[in-house]
Amino acid sequence: MSDMPWLTILLALPALGALALVLMPRGFARSRELALGVSLVTLVLALFVAVEFIVGNGHIQLQETYSWIPQFGVSFALGVDGIALSMILLSVILVPICLVAAWDDVPADGTRRQQGYVAWILLLEAMMIGVFAATDIFLFYVFFEAMLVPVYFLIGQYGGPERARAATTFLLYSLLGGLIMLVAVIGLYVAGPGGGDGFLLENLTGLEIGGVTEKLLFLGFFIAFAIKAPMFPVHTWLPQAATEARPSTAVLLVGVLDKVGTFGMLRYCLQLFPEASQWATPMVLVLAVISIIYGALLAIGQKDMMRLIAFTSISHFGFIVLGIFAMTTISQTGSTLYMVNHGFTTAALFLIAGMLIARRGSRNIADYGGWQRVTPLIAGTLLVSGLSGLALPGLNAFVSEFMVIIGTFQRYPAAAVLGATGVILAALYILLWYQKIATGPAPENLSSTTRDMTVREKFVVAPLVAAFLVLGFYPKPVIEMLEPAVTTTLQHVGVTDPASATSADGSEG
Amino acid sequence: MNLSAYIYLATLLFALGALVVLLRRNTIIVFMGVELMLNACNLALITFARMHGTLDGQVYALFVMVVAAAEVVVGLAIIMSIYRARRSASVDDANLLKL
Amino acid sequence: MSVLETSVGVALADPSAVTAVEATGTSALAWLVIALPLLGAALLLVGGRVTDTFGPLLATALSWGSFVLGALIVVQLYGRAAEDRSMSVQLWDWVSAGELSVHAGLLVDPLSMAFVLLITFVGSLIHVYSLGYMANDPDKRRFFAYLNLFVAAMLILVLADSYLVLFVGWEGVGLASYLLIGFWNHNPAYASAANKAFVVNRIGDFALIIAMAYMLATFGALDFATVHGSAGSATQTTLTIIGLLLLAGACGKSAQFPLQSWLGDAMAGPTPVSALIHAATMVTAGVYLVARSQAIYDLTPDARLAVAVVGAITLLYGAIVGCAKDDIKKALAASTMSQIGYMMLAVGLGPIGYIYAIFHLITHGFFKAGMFLGAGSVMHAMNDRVDMRRFGALSREVKITWITFGAGWLAIIGFPFTAGWFSKDHIIESAFSAPGWQGWVFGLVALLGAGITAFYMSRLFFMTFHGKARWEDDIHPHESPLTMTIPMMVLAVGSLVLGAVLYPTGLLSGWLEPVFGHAEGHESLLPLIAIQVSVFVLMVLGVGLAWLRYGRDEVPQVAPEASFATRAARQDLFQDEFNEQFLRRPGAALVVGLETADKDVVDNAMVGGTSRGLASLANVVRQAQNGFVRSYALTMLAGIVAILGAVWVIQ
Repeated sequence: MSDMPWLTILLALPALGALALVLMPRGFARSRELALGVSLVTLVLALFVAVEFIVGNGHIQLQETYSWIPQFGVSFALGVDGIALSMILLSVILVPICLVAAWDDVPADGTRRQQGYVAWILLLEAMMIGVFAATDIFLFYVFFEAMLVPVYFLIGQYGGPERARAATTFLLYSLLGGLIMLVAVIGLYVAGPGGGDGFLLENLTGLEIGGVTEKLLFLGFFIAFAIKAPMFPVHTWLPQAATEARPSTAVLLVGVLDKVGTFGMLRYCLQLFPEASQWATPMVLVLAVISIIYGALLAIGQKDMMRLIAFTSISHFGFIVLGIFAMTTISQTGSTLYMVNHGFTTAALFLIAGMLIARRGSRNIADYGGWQRVTPLIAGTLLVSGLSGLALPGLNAFVSEFMVIIGTFQRYPAAAVLGATGVILAALYILLWYQKIATGPAPENLSSTTRDMTVREKFVVAPLVAAFLVLGFYPKPVIEMLEPAVTTTLQHVGVTDPASATSADGSEG
Repeated sequence: MNLSAYIYLATLLFALGALVVLLRRNTIIVFMGVELMLNACNLALITFARMHGTLDGQVYALFVMVVAAAEVVVGLAIIMSIYRARRSASVDDANLLKL
Repeated sequence: MSVLETSVGVALADPSAVTAVEATGTSALAWLVIALPLLGAALLLVGGRVTDTFGPLLATALSWGSFVLGALIVVQLYGRAAEDRSMSVQLWDWVSAGELSVHAGLLVDPLSMAFVLLITFVGSLIHVYSLGYMANDPDKRRFFAYLNLFVAAMLILVLADSYLVLFVGWEGVGLASYLLIGFWNHNPAYASAANKAFVVNRIGDFALIIAMAYMLATFGALDFATVHGSAGSATQTTLTIIGLLLLAGACGKSAQFPLQSWLGDAMAGPTPVSALIHAATMVTAGVYLVARSQAIYDLTPDARLAVAVVGAITLLYGAIVGCAKDDIKKALAASTMSQIGYMMLAVGLGPIGYIYAIFHLITHGFFKAGMFLGAGSVMHAMNDRVDMRRFGALSREVKITWITFGAGWLAIIGFPFTAGWFSKDHIIESAFSAPGWQGWVFGLVALLGAGITAFYMSRLFFMTFHGKARWEDDIHPHESPLTMTIPMMVLAVGSLVLGAVLYPTGLLSGWLEPVFGHAEGHESLLPLIAIQVSVFVLMVLGVGLAWLRYGRDEVPQVAPEASFATRAARQDLFQDEFNEQFLRRPGAALVVGLETADKDVVDNAMVGGTSRGLASLANVVRQAQNGFVRSYALTMLAGIVAILGAVWVIQ
C-alpha cells in the first residue's frame, strides 16, 4: 500500500474546488464547467482509491491519523471499509451526474448566484466524503453537522417557493438529532480510555460499557441516525425538503446524505453498543416495518411527484434498517447493497421527474397524462427507473431487497413477511404514478416546443440506467466489497447466522 | 499611607459612572460614564498592583488604556453616524436591535 | 381404448435421483436461446427509429433462431440415454453472501426443453402473425421489442436452474405482459387493465418471495437440485407451507382462483398478445412451477390437495363465466382460465397427473393460440369489433379463419382423436382415480367442466361463424393476409394431429419420464370406457344445446335481460365488485386517511406543536428585549451584583 494520504486528497479536492469557485470574480462564466471538471477528477481519484482498497478484507483500510486537538482527544483520522468506500463511490458518481442535471437550474446572470450554487454542491461532496471516511467519532460528528450547511443553503437559497420553511425544518430536525448525538459522543469519550486519541473509533470499539449507560448512549446515536435516515415517526422533514429542493439537491440529500443515518447505525450503533443494539432490536424492527408500509401507503396517496418519491424513499429506508437490525450476513449485505442501489434509483426518479417538471412547470401529478406520446424517451426511462424502484428482477434494487427479505426471514420471519408486503405496495405506487403521467390520450394544451430528452439529459440518465443493469445482473464486485465489512460488524456485535433447518436436523437424520 | 482609600475612591468612581450610564440619555454623556468606569477599574488595578508588589495590575491598566483609546475612536464614530442618521443623540432612539 | 392405455418405456424409480451434468455440445449454447430474443428487444428499444423498417423482421428472425437452436438441443438430448438428459449450464455467480449462493444457471432437461419448443414455436408463429396484424400500427417496432422481451423472459423462466433465476423470468414475463396489455394505453381503461394485471401478479410474486425465503431458511439454498434433493429432510408442515406459497404464486401468474380477476381485463392488449401470453405460454407458468416443484408436492398431500381444489374451482369458474360473455376475446379468456384449471387439477393429482398436465398444456398452447389468432382475424375482418352478438354467418366471408378456428374448436371440446381429446380425457380419467372422496369430486367436476366447455365454445363458434349475419352496415368482412392465415393454419394442423403424434406413440411420456418418473395410478372409480362414453355424451349434449340456442335460433343483437345467474356470469361472478368493495375502497380510504394523519397528526400536531410551543415561549421571553440600552445595562449590573453576592454568600 502506498503512503499517499489518498483519502485526505480525495476530501480536499472538492473542497478546494469550491473555494476556487468562490474566489473567482463575480460573473465568472465557466463555473459549471469548472465544478464538473473538479467532480470528474474527484471521481477518477476515487477510482484510484478503490483500486488501492483490498477487497475481501473487512477491516478499515487506507488509514490516516493525525493529531488534531489532543487536549480533547480529537484526531483527524480517516479510513474506509467496504461499506464506507461504496458510499463514497456512490457520492462521487452521483455528484457529476447531478451537476450535469443541474446545468440550467441557475442561470449565469452576472451575479455570484450560479457560482455559489455549484460551489455548495462541491462543498457538500467534500463533506459527504468526510463523513463516510471519518474514523474518529468527533471528526464524524463535525462532518455530520457541517454537512447541514451546504444543504441548508442549497434548499434555502435555490429551492422552490416554500424553501424557507423546508430548509428551516430540515435544519432544526437535523440539529436536534445532532445535539443529542453530541451528548452521546462526549459520554462515549468519558466511558472510553480517554487520552490524546480517545475519540478514535478503534479505541472505543469493544468497550463493553453495559447497563443503562450503554442503552442511553445507543439511543443518543440512534435517534440522530433515525432522523437522518429518516424513519417513522421522525420523517416529516424529508417530503418537505425533497419537494422544495432542486432535483439535483434532492438526489444528493435523499440518495447520499440520508445514507449517513443507516451507515451510522451499522458503523456506530451496532459496533460500539452491541449489547444495547440487541436490546433495541425488536423496537427498531417494528419501526422499520412501519416505515416500509407507512411510506408506501403514503406514496400511493401523493399528488405531488417529488413528495411521492420522498415517501418511496422512506419505505426503502425501512427495508435498509430492517436488514441492518435483522443481523444476518445476508440481510446486512443486502442492506448495504440497498444503500448503493437506492442511491441510483432515487437519483433517476428525482432527475427524470425534474425533467418533466422543467417541461410542464408543475409538480402536480394530475397536470400530466399521455406524456408517453409527447416525450417517449422520458416516459420510458421513468418507467425503467420506476421498475427499479419496485424491485423488478434484473434491475439493481431487486437483488438487495430480496436479500433483505430472505436474510431477515432467517431470524425474524414475521417481520420479513410484513415487510415484504411493501413489494405489492411498491407496484401500486409506481405504476399508478406512471399511469397518471404517461398513459392516456396525448395532452392537448401543451406548447409545441416541448421536446423529448436533450443530449445533456441523455448523459444524465444513461449512466444511471447502466448502473441499474450492471448492479442487477452482476452485483458480485459490490457484494464482495461489502460482505467482509458486514462480517466484521457482525463479529463485533457477536451474532452468528442462524443455520438452515435441514442442515441442523440433517445430522440427526 | 492607607491604600484602601484608593479602593474606596475607585468604587465611588465606578458607581458614579454606572449611574451616569443608567440614568442619562445623551449618548455622549453615557459614553463619558463608560470612560469613568474604565478609569475606576484602572485605579483599582494599580492600587492592587501596589498592594501585592507585582507589576501585573499595572500591565493590565496599560492594556485597558490602550483598548479604551481604541474604543473611544470606534464609539465616537458610531455615535456620530447614529446622530447623523437619526438627528438625535438620545440612546433611547437607537433601539433598532429589538425585533 | 388401446390408444389411451399406451404405456411407456423407461421407468425410473426416483426422479429426483437425476442429477444434471455439465452441458456439452449444443446444450452449452442454451444461453443463446435466451440471448437472441433479448438482443432483439434491446436493439429495437435502444436503436430507436433507425430500426423502424427492419426491426419487426429482425425480431421475428431472432425468435425463429431461438426455435431452431432449441430444436437442435432437443435433438442432442434425444441422442443421449434417458437418464442423462438433464444438463446444467453455469453462467456466472449472481448473488452470493453468507449462506445464500445463487449462480445464474440454466437447467436443460426434457421438461424445460418441452416448454422451450412450445414457447419458441408458438411465439415465432405469432411474431409472423403480428407482422400482418400490426402492419399499420405506428408503434410496431415497440410492439415487436416487447414480444421479444417476453419470449426471452419466458425462456429464462423455464430454463432457470434455481427458484431465484426462475423468479427473474417470472417477473420478466409479468413486465412484458404489463407492457403489452397497456400497449394501446392512450385508452385509459387499457392502462388500468395493465396495472391490474401487474398488481394482482405481484400478490402472487409476494408469496413466491416468501416461499424462497422459507426455502433458504429450511434448505440453505434456492437451486432446484439442492431444494428438491433435500426436501425429504424437512418437516411436513414446512413443506406444506412452501407448497401453499408456491401455489399462491402460481395462482397469480396463471389467473387461478382467487387471483383470477386480471385475465379478462388483460384482453385489452393486441390480440397476438392475448394468444401468446394470455393463452399459450405465460399463464401456464403456474402449472410449470408446480410441476417443477414436484419433489416438494410429492411429499405434501395437503398442499397438493389445495392445488387440485384451486384447479377444480377455477375450471368451473372459467367455464361458467365463459357461457355468458359476448366479447369474443373475453369468452376465450374465460376458457383459458378454465383449461388452466384442468392443468392445475392434473398437477394437483400428483405423479399420475404431471405428464397429462404438461400434455394438455402443450395441446392447449396450440389450439387456444390458434383460436385467439382466429379471433384476431375475425376482428381484423370486422373493424376491430369484438361483440359476438354483432357477428354471425362469417363462415362464408372468412373461410380460412372459419376452418382453422373450427379445428381449434374441435380440439377444445374434445372431439375424438383431436389433440384436446387425448389430453383432456386423460386428465378426467386421472381425476377419477384420485383416492377416496377426491376421486368422485374431482372426477365429476372435470366431467361437468367438459360438458360446459363444449357448450360455451360451441356457442362462441356458432355465434361468430353461423346463424344470420348481424353486422352493422358499414362492415365488409374480408379474409386476412397470408402472414396472418399461415400461422393459423399451422396451429390448426397442430390442434388436430398433435395429440395423435405425441401420445399414442409414447413420444411425450417417454420424453418426460426421466423428469416425472413413472407412476401407476390407483384403480379408477369408473371403468375407462364409461368415462370416455360419458365425456362424449356430455360433449354432444353441450354442442347440441349450443346449436339449438345460437346456431338455429335468432341471436338478439343486444344482450337480453337475464336471470340472476346469467347476470352474475356476465359480471365474472362479481369478482371485480368484490375486489372493489373489500380491497380497493378500504385501501383507498386508508391511504387518504394516512395522508391526512401524516399532515395533521405527525407533521402538524407533533412536530408543528413543538415548534409552535417554542415560538410562543419565545414570544413571552422576548418582551424583555425592549431595545433600550439603559435597561440592558441595568440588567447586566443586576446580574453581576447577583453573581458577586452569591459568591460572597458561598464563601
